[in-house]
Amino acid sequence: MGLSSTQQEAERGILLTTVDKMTRWAQKSSVWPATFGLACCAIEMMSVTSSRYDLARFGSEAFRASPRQADLMIVAGRVSQKMAPVLRTIWEQMPEPKWVISMGACASSGGVFDNYAIIQGVDHVVPVDVYVPGCPPTPEALMFGILKLREKIQMGLPPKYLELTQGGAS
Amino acid sequence: MKLTDPEILDRLQTRFPGSLEVVPSIDQPTVTVPREMLLAFAEHVKRVEGYVMFNDVLAADWFPARPRFEVVYHVYHPEKYQRLRFKTFVDEDQPLPSMVDLWAGANWPEREAYDLFGIVFEGHPQLTRIYLPDDWEGHPLRKDYPTAGPRVD
Ligand code: SF4
Repeated sequence: MGLSSTQQEAERGILLTTVDKMTRWAQKSSVWPATFGLACCAIEMMSVTSSRYDLARFGSEAFRASPRQADLMIVAGRVSQKMAPVLRTIWEQMPEPKWVISMGACASSGGVFDNYAIIQGVDHVVPVDVYVPGCPPTPEALMFGILKLREKIQMGLPPKYLELTQGGAS
Repeated sequence: MKLTDPEILDRLQTRFPGSLEVVPSIDQPTVTVPREMLLAFAEHVKRVEGYVMFNDVLAADWFPARPRFEVVYHVYHPEKYQRLRFKTFVDEDQPLPSMVDLWAGANWPEREAYDLFGIVFEGHPQLTRIYLPDDWEGHPLRKDYPTAGPRVD
């Protein structure tokens, strides 16, 4: 009943892994969202970083005011026709690899706002990795979405925009 | 209805005999003004009566009734603490005089009414869209505008 080889290595203070896995682990542990609150959902997005929910446990509490420092865009709220080009520009300014979470009914499908002013789902504008349902989703739900995204990164699946452009090959 | 300027309607009716129509209202004195007299009426209300503050201009679309738009102005007398509402009716192809020269505060509300209803205010310094993108087609708050807009998806 000796220690497994990994445990023995760990005893000596050494862990072996691949660079790929290591990178993924680093990526998933520091998914920094861009500050992009659009409507009521943004209130729940803000509270997810509060001490009560403490998103910092997963390394995602650093909301960046510049898209150039962000990996994740949380689209929190309904996207108006006028905001869509702005949203697209901000998404394009984010460095790769980048991910998008569509938070709430409005961002995912237009929600109750089936009218002339609102884009019926933000996936018309940017590729979305994770959809979080709810109106608004609770902070727990958003956190669950972020955890799902972390799983996706850990598994080495490509971000949605790569999946679309490269046909699923990572 | 509590009035701090109780004789306002009487004075206005003496000044514009026979052309104003007093509208029953629960909150503030309200009159309907013929479109041709609107500018003269507004000037009187501001310069003589002292309603120097412009609150808003609103519109309602009564399509298919003609004339279809009811345009409602709200003004305020800051010393008498009295509000006044006057309205007029126009059709799509009838322009209204802009109130910007009288009340600078009319600038943005008139652009809003233009943007969403397509009501044209003649003499406005910059009558362009204020909410919607500049290349937008149509005026969404009109009753004959499709609720979902000209969207394709
Ligand atoms: S999904 Fe609900 S809470 Fe979120 S932006 Fe839409 S209306 Fe607001």
